Amino acid sequence: MNLLKQLGASLRTYEGQKTLWGMIFLAPWLLGFVFFFLVPFSMSLQYSFSNIEPGTDGINITFVGFANFIEAFTVNTNFNRQMLESILNIVINVPLIIIFSLFLAVILNQKFFGRSFARSIFFLPVILASGVILNLESTSLVQEINQQNAANGGLANALGSFELQRIMLRAGVNEYIVLYLTGAVERIYEIVSQSGVQILIFLAGIQTISPQLYEVSKIEGATGYEAFWKITLPMVSPLILVNVVYTIIDSFSRAPVTDLIMSVGFDNFNFGLSSAMAWIYFLSIMLILLLGTYTISKKVFYQE
Amino acid sequence: MNVIRLLTLENIKKWLWSLIRFVLIAGLSFVILYPIIQKISTAIKHPSDLYSPIVVWIPETYTLENFKNAISIMNYWETLWNTFLLASVTTVLTTASCALAGYAFARLLKSKGSKLLFAGVILTILVPPTTILIPMYMNLREFSMLGIIPLFTGDTVNLLDSYWPFILTSMTANSLKAGLYIFIFTQFFRGIPKAIEEAAYIDGAGVGKTFFRIMLPNAFPAIVTVVLFSFVWQWNDSFYTTTYLTSSNVMATQLSSLPYNLSMHLDHGDSANTDPFYLSMVQDTGILLSILPLIIIYLFVQRYFVQSVERSGIVG
Repeated sequence: MNLLKQLGASLRTYEGQKTLWGMIFLAPWLLGFVFFFLVPFSMSLQYSFSNIEPGTDGINITFVGFANFIEAFTVNTNFNRQMLESILNIVINVPLIIIFSLFLAVILNQKFFGRSFARSIFFLPVILASGVILNLESTSLVQEINQQNAANGGLANALGSFELQRIMLRAGVNEYIVLYLTGAVERIYEIVSQSGVQILIFLAGIQTISPQLYEVSKIEGATGYEAFWKITLPMVSPLILVNVVYTIIDSFSRAPVTDLIMSVGFDNFNFGLSSAMAWIYFLSIMLILLLGTYTISKKVFYQE
Repeated sequence: MNVIRLLTLENIKKWLWSLIRFVLIAGLSFVILYPIIQKISTAIKHPSDLYSPIVVWIPETYTLENFKNAISIMNYWETLWNTFLLASVTTVLTTASCALAGYAFARLLKSKGSKLLFAGVILTILVPPTTILIPMYMNLREFSMLGIIPLFTGDTVNLLDSYWPFILTSMTANSLKAGLYIFIFTQFFRGIPKAIEEAAYIDGAGVGKTFFRIMLPNAFPAIVTVVLFSFVWQWNDSFYTTTYLTSSNVMATQLSSLPYNLSMHLDHGDSANTDPFYLSMVQDTGILLSILPLIIIYLFVQRYFVQSVERSGIVG
């Protein structure tokens, strides 16, 4: 009785009210999390340690220990190589995409002629590079032919980036940096098409920064350049974290490893091996993300 | 005299920046638009133009034949309505449930337990959908909610081949990429100054009122972002739609089976004679038809992005 009274009293305080409402707000998510995520997730862990065969009544699951994991690493010829390739790609692409999308979001937030038109164009990759369209795009024959034609006529194109490389090397820039940047120029479509979501998130973030901050900095004599480093960057830094997380996951979901996992599971009907691969893949994303978020979250600025 | 005044350093800098900005945006826009322009040019071409060496962009004989074919084979109007219904229902439910969860994580719960739960949200983003697909499928085929439903009806419910899997998962903020939306909302709510919340409390608003009247309007850009993403991704999603829906027609399933249906339609199943280039051509037309509604919707929505600049004056 006494305990209930105490509980009632604590719920009447502002903090208690907050906790109560927090529980209510969180309830739908928690239900879904348990039923539609935790249950299937633990089942897939169970699958990864077992051999699965279709039987007369549903499926037969027999425990086989680490056999599936060992098979993924030592027997399957593609898995190791594709995994390493995917990880390397991510390490190269993530910083490029983040810097590029922040830069573009800042530009798209400025006032200029045709701004809304430009914004609608930069949203297009979100539509074009998702789901079924991305899959179909890679099999389009007409596209392929046209690309061939463009490559024949596009000799000047390749020369351009070659020239750029030479100029930068002569100027004494480090060779690795030069190769990194020219590589980025050559993969510009890939980068643009992967940064649609990030641009939009940054754009929305920049718009929640209050204009007073910029006004004050202008009155105090700050240039636009200084305002970017001292106001825009710290204020959008929570979203840099969001975008890094999103970019890593997104590039993983495009990686060839995902196709491999799918084909092992649904074409060869080896659900056990497929689950084991999915788990290795998932643990390696975890590792990269933990490293990434740990370094970034130290610099992130929150309104507390 | 006027010329000299115009040539100050400030002005030159401004003009130079405008020029660079214009070149940059125009160039990148071209990179993005190139595949679409190519699709449009392919869609209005007559099949005979495909092999003509003099036709690159502008066809010699215009035709709407491709559109007609694609519309009739995809059963376009019915598919459009189905997809629109599915995408809008899931979008509304997902946005609502994710906003609530995001606010709870950002401001309401401060204990160690809530941090653990938030790690759960991150987990839902990280785990690839392929990992949980098979158990999920079984779960939905014999849906029992841990044995609660059989207590009332005596048997489990088969939820496959209906919209229920989509509605249930989006209501509980566990649909396609919902973890990301919760994450976006959390980061946005954290960015809103605490002083506003405290001011609302001092003025006598409860927690619920503070959320609905103060915090939600301030997070308007986040809402627009989430609505846009979840709509587009649901529209294009072929992963869940092909698994959960076996007979219903939505855009993604129609689009992925378009080439097969087309060759059936043309040669009555004898696909050996069908020209693969022609199939690819009609498929491009189909893609164009399916993204067209999205582009139109975006043109209406994107003005809210601009509007929210003025709205954000409330903050701070």
